[in-house]
Amino acid sequence: MSSPVPTGSPIDGFLAVATIVASLLLAVWALVAALRHRPPDRVQFVGLAVVEVGLLALTVLALVALAGGERPGEPATFAGYLVTLVCLPPLAAVLARMEPTRWGSAIVCAVCLTTPVVVVRLQQTWEFVGG
Amino acid sequence: MAETATNRGPGRLLIAVYLLFAIAASARAGVQIATKLAEAPVAYLLSGVAAVIYIVAAVGLARAGTGGRRTALVCCLVEFFGVLGVGTLSLVEPHLFPEATVWSEFGSGYGYIPLVLPVLGLAWLWHSRPTPP
Repeated sequence: MSSPVPTGSPIDGFLAVATIVASLLLAVWALVAALRHRPPDRVQFVGLAVVEVGLLALTVLALVALAGGERPGEPATFAGYLVTLVCLPPLAAVLARMEPTRWGSAIVCAVCLTTPVVVVRLQQTWEFVGG
Repeated sequence: MAETATNRGPGRLLIAVYLLFAIAASARAGVQIATKLAEAPVAYLLSGVAAVIYIVAAVGLARAGTGGRRTALVCCLVEFFGVLGVGTLSLVEPHLFPEATVWSEFGSGYGYIPLVLPVLGLAWLWHSRPTPP
C-alpha cells in the first residue's frame, strides 16, 4: 500500500522540530536560572506544559498513522519510547515543585536536554526497516 | 544529626537523572529481553541488570537515611566497576557484546553519562555524609 505521508514517518516534520526547539530553549532558560541560583519560575512550568502539548500532538499523529495502517520499524521499542517521552515533562514538573531551589531549575534543564534525544530516537525506531 | 539528606538539593537532581536512566534502561532492556533474548543473551541480560541497579540507586538516594545511603553506595560502586569492566571488555572482546548495552564502550552511546553518574553519586554521598557529633 502506498503511504499517504510523503516523508514516510508521521513524527517527522515541523511539529517534531518545533517541540525539540522549544525543549532546548527551555533547557537554556532553566540552565540560566540554575546558574543564577533561581528556583523554577512560571516560565519553566509553562514551558514544560508547551513541550508536553507538542509531545501529545506527536502521539496523536503517530496513533492516527497506526490507525491508517502504517507501522513503525520496531513497534515495541517505538511504543516504549513514546510512553517514556510523554512522561518526561510531568516528571520534571513534579520534581521541580518538590525542589524550589536552583536544583529544581537544574532538573528542568536536565529533562529538557533529554527530551530531544528521545524524540530523535523515536523517529529512528519508526524509520528502521527490517531486522 | 548534622546529616545532609541525600534527597535534597543537588541530590534531587541526581535522583532525577537516575530516574531517567532507570526508565530508559528498563524500557529498552524489557523490550530486548522480551522479543530477542536469544540473539545476544549476555548483552540484553546485562542491560536488564543495569536497569535494576539504576532503579535501586534512585530509590536508595530518595529514601535517604542510613539504609538508603548504604543501598546507594553499593549501587554506585557496582555501576562504577560495571561500566569500567564492561567498557573495557566491549573494546577488548567485542564478540561478547554483539549488541550494545548501556555500559558498552564506557557508555558512549549515552553520552558517557553512565560513566559520570556513579562518580557524581559517590561524590554526593561523600559530600552529604553524616558528620560525627
